[in-house]
Parts: sequence; C-alpha cells; structure tokens
Amino acid sequence: MNAPRLSKQVISLALVAPLLLFLIVFFALPLVTMMKSAVSDPVAARTLPATARSVSSWNRTSPPTVEMQAAFVADLRQISDDQLFGDLVRRLNSAKSGFRTLMPKTRKAALDTAGSIDLVALDKRWGDISYWQAVSVAASSKITDRNLLAAVDLQRDASGAIASVPADASANKAIMLRTFVMALTVTGACVLIGFPFAMIAASVDGWKRQLLLGAVLLPLWTSLLVRTAAWFILLQDRGLINSVLMQSGVTSSPIPLIFNRAGVIIAMTHVLLPFMVLPIFSVLIGIPKNLMPAAASLGAHPVRAFLNVLLPLGLRGVVSGSLLVFMSALGYYITPALIGGAKDQMISSVIAYYATGAANWGMAGALGLVLLAATMILYAIYLRLSSERETSP
Amino acid sequence: MSVLRFSKLIFGSATVFFLIAPLIAILPLAFTDSVFLNYPIPAYSTRWFVELFTAGVWQRSIINSLIIGCGTTVLATFLGTVGALGLRDKQLSLVLTTIKTVFLLPMVVPAVVLGVGMQLMFARYALTNTYLGVIIAHTVVAVPFVVVNVLAVLQGIDRRLEQAAASLGAAPVTVLKQVTLPLALPGIVSGAVFAFATSLDEVVLTLFVAGPNQRTLARQMFSTIRENISPAIAAAAFVFIVGTVLIAIVVNFSRGTKRAKEVR
Repeated sequence: MNAPRLSKQVISLALVAPLLLFLIVFFALPLVTMMKSAVSDPVAARTLPATARSVSSWNRTSPPTVEMQAAFVADLRQISDDQLFGDLVRRLNSAKSGFRTLMPKTRKAALDTAGSIDLVALDKRWGDISYWQAVSVAASSKITDRNLLAAVDLQRDASGAIASVPADASANKAIMLRTFVMALTVTGACVLIGFPFAMIAASVDGWKRQLLLGAVLLPLWTSLLVRTAAWFILLQDRGLINSVLMQSGVTSSPIPLIFNRAGVIIAMTHVLLPFMVLPIFSVLIGIPKNLMPAAASLGAHPVRAFLNVLLPLGLRGVVSGSLLVFMSALGYYITPALIGGAKDQMISSVIAYYATGAANWGMAGALGLVLLAATMILYAIYLRLSSERETSP
Repeated sequence: MSVLRFSKLIFGSATVFFLIAPLIAILPLAFTDSVFLNYPIPAYSTRWFVELFTAGVWQRSIINSLIIGCGTTVLATFLGTVGALGLRDKQLSLVLTTIKTVFLLPMVVPAVVLGVGMQLMFARYALTNTYLGVIIAHTVVAVPFVVVNVLAVLQGIDRRLEQAAASLGAAPVTVLKQVTLPLALPGIVSGAVFAFATSLDEVVLTLFVAGPNQRTLARQMFSTIRENISPAIAAAAFVFIVGTVLIAIVVNFSRGTKRAKEVR
C-alpha cells in the first residue's frame, strides 16, 4: 500500500471512529449484556460460597453429608441482604418448587439458633436429595444453560441429561411456531398483493406510476403507530368496516376483526407491504423493456412470455422483499400488542413480558437470543443476495 | 388484452385503496364531538385538538417528544454525517465495508431485543429514566438513516470539484467546509428529517429505557390505544399524517428547486 492511500485509509478510519465507538458502547454492548443475562446465573454461587466448596466433592446421588449441611447453614447466616436472599429463593424455586417456603423457614432457624442444626429434623424436605441437587447445581457454577434450554422447551433432568419439558409446563415452542406461521402468512399476503402491484407500477409511467409509488411511500413515511391506530379504529366492532358491512346488509352482526389473528395479519400486511413492493419494483424497472416484445415476436403467448421471462427475473425482487418482510415480521411488537388478542402475541411480546412484567431477565435474554439469531441469519442471506446482484448485473 | 388492462386497473386501484384509505378514513374522526371513534360523526368540533394541546399528559408528552427528537436529531446527524464522510469511497477496504454493515445493523435488530439489552445495561450506568438515556437509545436506531442519506448524496458529488479547490490551495478543512458539506447539505437535511421522524415514532425502546417523566407522544399514544382509546388518538394521528405530507412536499420541493438551480 503506498503512502497516500495509507493516509487516506487512516483519515477514513478516523472519521468512522466516533460513530463506531458510539455503536459499540450503546448498541453492541446492550446486546452482549442481554446475551450474558441469558446464561449468567451468579446469585447462588455468590450467596452460597461455602456450600459450593463442600458440594464439589459430593456425587449428587448419596445422602447429603453433614459438612454440606453445616456449610449451607453457615452461608445462610452470612446473607444479610433480604433482597439478595429473595433472589436466591427465586432462583432455587425456579429449579425446584418448594424452596419458596423451605428457604425462609431454614433461614429463620439458622438465625435463631447458634451452632449446628439438623436440617432433616427441621424439615423433612432436606432429606430429599433432589433439593440438594438443585442447590448443588445452582451454587457450583456462575453460568447456566437452563434459560437457553427453557427457551426451546428443554430442561435438564435430575441426572443432568437434556430432556423436553412436560407438554403443559411451557409454551415457548408453540409461541415460536406461531410467530413463524404469522410472519409467513404476512409474507405470503405481501407477495400476493405486492408482486402484481409492483408489476403494474413498472408497466405504466407518468402520473400513474407516481400515484402508485406515492401510495406505497406515503404509508412508509407515516408513523407506524399512526397506521396501527388507524387499523385499531377501523377494525373495531363498531368501526368503519363493520358499519359499512352491516349497512350494506352483508352481515347482521359485527364480524370480530380486532383482538384476533385476522386483524393482526391485515394490519401487519398493510404496514409491511411497502418493503415488498419497492425491492420488486426496483428489479422490474431494471429489466429491458424490449424483452417481452422480443418473446412475443418469437411467437410466445403472453402468458408463456410472462412465465418464462418476467417471472424468473422478477423473482429475485420477490426473494429480497420476502426476506425483508419476514425478517421484520418476526420481531414485530407494536401491531400484535395493540391489535392482537392473547393468542396472537408473537415472540417479541413474550420477551417484553419476561423483561418488564416478570423481571425474568434470564428468559428474556434467552428468547431474545433466539430472535436475534434468526433475524441475523435472514439478514446475512439478504445481504448475500443483494451483493450478488450488484456484482452480476 | 382489454381484460388484462381492466384487471390491472381494478387490482391497482384496490391496492392503492388498501394502502391509502385507512390513513384517510381516520382523519375526519379527529374532528368528532363524541367520545367514541365511530362513524357517522354526530357533530364536528375541535375539542380533541384542544385536549391534545392543553391536557397535562398530552402536553407534557409533546414537549418530551420535541426535546428528545431535537437531541436525537443533533446527535445522530453529527455522528452519521462524520461516519458517512469516512465511507464515501466507492472502493472500500474490507474493514470499512464491515464497518458500513455494522452502521446499518440497528435498522435490522428487533427493537424488543435491543430494548431488553439497553434496559439491562443502561440501568448499570444510571441512564434509565433520563432524557440522555432516551436520546442515546433513539440515536442508535436513527443514525443508520442519516448514514444512508448522506452517503447517497456524497457518492454523487463530483470529486474533481474538491480536487480543484485543493489544487487552488484550499486546506482540507476549507475544502470540507466550503465545498463538500454545502454539496452534501440536501442529504444531511433529509437524514436529519428521518432522524427526527424516527425518534418521534419510536415506542419500543422508549418503553424499556424511559421513565414516567420521559413519556413521549408515541409512548402516550401507545398506552392510550392500549388502555382507554379516545378520539385524542385520532387528533394526534391527524397531526402526524398532515405533518408527514407537509414534510414530503417540502423535501420534494427543495429537491425540485435544487434541480432547477443546477439547470440554470
């Protein structure tokens, strides 16, 4: 590399540095924090250090030793912060229910009496080794895979092997499937409307094309919240759509359109349609105008010319548009949250619930990681496709 | 052939209707006198606009949106313009190509995922429930729009203009100030408009990062739709839609006059 080019490179790097630094700190770091919260599990290891040492030599199948019990009682006496104790109880209870009552009882006994305590005599649950297994697993490591496993409805059984959770215990797989199906439905609807529409827009010119493109751009520029609000108002039981349907005699009672799947699909299709139309349009506009007449002059029927010439060329735009729409639809939050019912919530709503409602950062992080990974894979495919197009015109 | 043309007309009109009608249909509801958002409108009044601009929560949220929107616009326009200047070469090295991809990533990452991460991280540095925290969060998602807009204009600039200025003895800073930035101004302005619009419309990150004191207009609209829908929503939507159309006209007009000047 010669000197002027090198100095140019240095100047470029100096110019991008402020934004790069800003995005590393306020964009990448939050994502890393979220991923860490999915696997981090420090509370038991921090609050039960003596127990962690004494269980390290335990084989997890024999009855709990006296040293383990003594270490556990000593650790409990050390915990002065009630909130920290609450975190510990919540952590243990999530592994095995029963700790919620067992722990405060044991702590009270540990604080009230000096010297050693017979835990099994205090509560016979301490004689059950599954409680000790839970304590041992929680205390011996600061990281955990249980949130990631739980995100896909898996768990570790008593022996540490991975098994699926009982069908009624978790619904994460069902929510992922639902998210996938809804995103796919919206993508399908966008293809069905967007592809013909883009073809029409590419085939006309002058004010007609301006009008058709304007109709796509105006919603794109309008606030997402406003568009969702508009659909909320229109889809109500006494909203405009139902009043028109009822007055024209199509139906006598309002058709339920809001707080159900149909409403969410309609509103999301409206919101995401521009992302389908614009890539297809930009591909179609690049196709030489004389291709179709050329096919016709060679004797191809218009339908055949369409199927063999325009469709394969336009299909690249459809793939780009579909990836964009599907990727955006996967992470959708606002529209399902406002227009959907409880059974139409997608993975983003569940993440938001775990984060703000249940304060279960581990699960929020694990499900967030799943959504982030899915989105990044789709985006990588999209980038790959669009760079291929640039290099091979 | 006429069947094809007819079906094209029908399909095109139906889709335009589907895209535009919802936005038009809610405009008259902003002027309803009733507390319900239904047609037919019993009587017209401007009471919901009065409510929007005088009621405590709405007024406060509009002021918050303006504060946060202006902060975001300044920060995102500065960072995005400087960053775009570093990426303007058409033949980018591998490092810079990667950096360009990174700059656009905030547009792609699902907002809820980013929101969870920001809430966790911002809480550690006491940035949650502060204006600065919300401005930073909004800037992260607004900055790609500035980069894209400024970059598009920069790549259209004839580099010989800058080379000519430099050959006449202008220092690099002078070239930047006197030649490059004035030529890039349309891109910077439209980037700034996009940044402001992004901030104005942002709900999800605001939900995670902002406290009750930083409740923005979009956040207030979100909870109003969720909890107790009122025609104030239609009034707010009216302001948004009319504002969007006005901005679109202004942007188009400024591009038009620029082109006219170039022709002259």
